[in-house]
Formats: sequence, C-alpha cells, structure tokens
Amino acid sequence: MKITPIEKTQNFCFIIPALVLFLIFSLYPILRTFQLSFFQWNGIDKDMLWVGFAQYKHILFNNPAFWKSMLNAGYITILALTLQNGLALLLALLVNKNIKGENIYRTIFFLPPVLSGVVVGLIWKFVYDGNFGILNYWLTSLGFTNFADFAWLSEIKTALSSVAVVHMWKGFGYGFIILLAGLQTIPVDLYEAAEVDGADAWQQFKNITFPLLIPIITIVMILTILGSMQVFDLIYSMTRGGPAGHTHVPITKIYEYMSNGEFGYSTAMAVIFGIVLLVVSFAQIYLSKKFNYDR
Amino acid sequence: MNFFKFQKRLKSGVTHIALGAVAITCLFPVFWMISSSLKTQDLIFSKMTLLPEVWNWSNYVTAFVKADFGAYFLNSVFYTVVGVFFIIFISSLAAYAFARLEFPGKNILFYLLIATLLIPIPGVFVPLYLLLKSLGLIDTRLGLLLCYISNGLAFAIFLLKGFFDDLPREVEEAALIDGCSRFGIYWRIAVPLAKPAIATLVIMNSLTIWNEFLLALVILQDKAKMPIQRGLMVFQGTFITDYPLLMAGLTIATIPIVIVYLMMQKHIVKGIAAGALKG
Repeated sequence: MKITPIEKTQNFCFIIPALVLFLIFSLYPILRTFQLSFFQWNGIDKDMLWVGFAQYKHILFNNPAFWKSMLNAGYITILALTLQNGLALLLALLVNKNIKGENIYRTIFFLPPVLSGVVVGLIWKFVYDGNFGILNYWLTSLGFTNFADFAWLSEIKTALSSVAVVHMWKGFGYGFIILLAGLQTIPVDLYEAAEVDGADAWQQFKNITFPLLIPIITIVMILTILGSMQVFDLIYSMTRGGPAGHTHVPITKIYEYMSNGEFGYSTAMAVIFGIVLLVVSFAQIYLSKKFNYDR
Repeated sequence: MNFFKFQKRLKSGVTHIALGAVAITCLFPVFWMISSSLKTQDLIFSKMTLLPEVWNWSNYVTAFVKADFGAYFLNSVFYTVVGVFFIIFISSLAAYAFARLEFPGKNILFYLLIATLLIPIPGVFVPLYLLLKSLGLIDTRLGLLLCYISNGLAFAIFLLKGFFDDLPREVEEAALIDGCSRFGIYWRIAVPLAKPAIATLVIMNSLTIWNEFLLALVILQDKAKMPIQRGLMVFQGTFITDYPLLMAGLTIATIPIVIVYLMMQKHIVKGIAAGALKG
C-alpha cells in the first residue's frame, strides 16, 4: 500500500499529544538541566551568570557534604544489594518449591513495596520513637534497659542504619517478585536430569539455578542500585537528612540547594549524580556479561 | 520410609516458619498503624498494648474534619483518575501509531522515548519547577497533572507498542477495506484487544500517582490542592506528637491502595515482571 502525504499527516496526529507532552515535560527539562548547570542563578534574576564548570569543580572538590550524601546513599545501596537481595533470593527459592500457600506469601511480601514511601517512613518513625515507640518497649522488655528512651533516628550512630533497615523492609518484596518470576521460567526437566545424575540441592543451585538466573539477578541489582541511590521519600519523611546531615542522600541535597534558590548549583549536582548512576549501571551490566560468558 | 517422611515434614515445617517470620515482619508495621489509629493519645503515652482498649474512631473524624483529610483524599482521587485516564489515552494512541502506522521521524522518536526510560535522570524536578513557574502553572492542579501524565507515557507506550505488535493484522486490514478510518480501527479494534495490557497499566500508574510525593512537594504550596501524600507531611508538621491522629491519616492514605492491590494483585505482579524482564 502506498502512503500519501495526507495519510502521513493523519498518522502523525496519533502521536502529537504524546510528542508535545514528551518534548515539553521530559526532554526539555533534561536539556535544561545541562544548560542550567553552567550558570549561577537564583531563579529570580533576569540575568543568569555564566560560570562554566566552576560549579562542577566546587561540588567535586569543595563540597564534602555532597560526598557525604553519596556515601550515605552508597551505604544504603550496599546493604540493599547484599542483605535485601540475598533475602529476596532466598525467599524466592523457598517459595518456588511448590509449597502450600505460595500465593499468600507472595501477597504479603509484596505489600511493603505497594505502600508509599511517606506512609512507610512515618509508620517506622513511630516504631522507632524514643519514648513511645514499640521497638524500645520490646528491647527494654527483653532486658536491654539502656534503650529505654533511645532515639534511633536522632542519634548519629544509628540514624542511617535505621533508615536503611526501613528501606530494605520496603524493598525486598520487589526483588522477590522479579526473582520468583525468573525462577519459574527455568525448565523443570533440567532439575529432573540433574536429579537422575545424582546432583544434590547445592550442586543444582550452583550449576542450574544460579547461572540461568544471572540475567534476572543483574536486572534486580540495577533496579536496586537506581532505587536505593535515588531514595528520597523515606529520608524526607523520617529524618529530612538529619541529625546534622548524617542521613542526607544526593536527592535530598539537590532538593535542599533548590529550596535555597541555588538552581544552577543544584542542577550541576544532578548531572554529576546522573553520570555516577549511569557508570554504575553500565559497570554492573558489563560485569554480569563477562561473568556470564566465562562460564 | 517413615524417617524420610519425617524429614520431609520437618523441612517443610522449617520453611514455613522462616517464611512466616518474614510475613509477620511485613505485616506488623501495617497492623501497628491501624491498631494505633484506634487508640487514644492517653493510651499511647501511658501503656503499650497490641490492640486498643476501646475502639476509638474519633481520630478518623478529627482527621477528616479538622486536618483537611477529606480534601487531600479527594485531590488524590482526582489526580489519580484524571492522570491515569490521560496516560492511557495518549500513550495508546501513540503506541498504536508506533506499531502500525508510517510517519516521519518514527524510529528516532521511539528510540528517544526508550532512552528516557533507560537512562537515570535524577533531579529533573529542578527544571520542571522552573518550567511550570514560567508557564504560570506552579502551584496549580494542572501543572502537577501534566507532570504525572508525561512521566507515565514512556513506559506505557513501550508496553502497549509491544502488545500491538503481537496482535494479528488481518482484522484491522479487513476493517480498513470496509472503509473504517484509522482512528476507528484504533478505537474499536486495537484498544479493546489491548485490554489486558491496559489493565496492567491502569493499576501500575494508579499506584505510582497515588503514592507520588516529590513532585507534589516541589510544585504545590496551597494546601487545598495537595494530594494525600503531600498532605500527610503538612499534617505531620502540625500535629507532630499526636501519633494516633497521624496513624489515622496514614491509614486513610493506605486503605485504597491496599484494596486495589488485593483485588488486582495479578495485574501488578504481571506489570512488574513485564517491566523488569523486558527492560
């Protein structure tokens, strides 16, 4: 069928609404982020001051608070990658064994990811409360009386780890669902053949499950990295970056600078952070491919 | 033989104990929120009980009457319903065009769209804030809605295009020969066939919009326009020590999501798996 110019124009009408919204509210803000990052600007003045890479340099070399926020997010991310994903994989393996009540477990494990970050943050803030929180009540009942009025989220030593625990509580169900879906795509006859050959459970996991699951594990790892590094709602609702910046993460930092009217500086920070995220996800993909081909 | 049976039973028992412990850990904070929302302030301050001594519904009344929760709730319903409707309508139109029609710049546009899905772009809320300000849309319902709609488009177009690609073309070609317009085919044939994919998208986008907080924080100042997640933070600042009242607010914000989740679980799980495994 030949397509006339009129038809082409008619066809184009189908994508106009999406195109207009995409260009204005997705693409333009991305380009604008790069542009703003080279200017010093408070968002009000008519003139924006061109400063080149000065803000980048300042963030990279003279802003320890930014690096602290990166380390904090990194800490949450590493805990999520190891503990949270380890738990998710273990649970997926257990549930995958045709046990009774698979659906019930699945429903319950995926409940925390469905809840909003603000709701989860505020519930746990109450659980952690020094005086009226149930955590300290249990700890004192168990005999740890020095926790009687311990404020988990206001103590420098415990604030970040306390937030990380909540983040993992909220997140493991997500990895669990994806890993379980992945496990269920592995053909059963592979295990039957292995059984005939006398392979035990660990050998089956090592030689069948794990290698075949690597692509899925990679996806879960990348989603975990991107989600954990960019955590915001939980931090904002639990600590707002406190005490004394000990739970600040890059997004709360960017938000803070923006709220102070430092639009250029905050976008430069966003660009640096975006590049870090991109590098980390590509490194992850590269490593998993290499690992995969070596086998 | 008996020994093996015993061993098997023991194994499954241990499995269920482990899974059950995790399940309780998942459920307890939610239970605690609901239980505390029915307590009085005095009880919270004086005694630790798992369940309220008397079921005290007054926190819910106070939340709705004194703390603007009625307005927050309705705003969230509005943003979610209108936002999801436009995401589905606009993205299905575009996805149909990407799957079936010829037009200039088709491939470039599609790759550009997918690129924004794959590349992490933190902090776009900064230029979005400036953009809405210069458009006069800051602190307006329309401004927030436009951001929600455009945020949902890329993934929806990606998912629906994949779905439309797999549909057989014969019916559409027959309809075309019978004189049906392209829009007629999209509306009467393609959209009804795409119902499963659309259902998944409706649920996932509803969850996303209902739970969204950061954009609402950046864009809205006026309490009358705030969705419930944003309202919760305002509320928490005002009634900082009134935990039962706060828990009532949290419960109000959570119940619709939990109901939708329990009813539509399969679609959600499918959507997550589709999103992750295809990406």
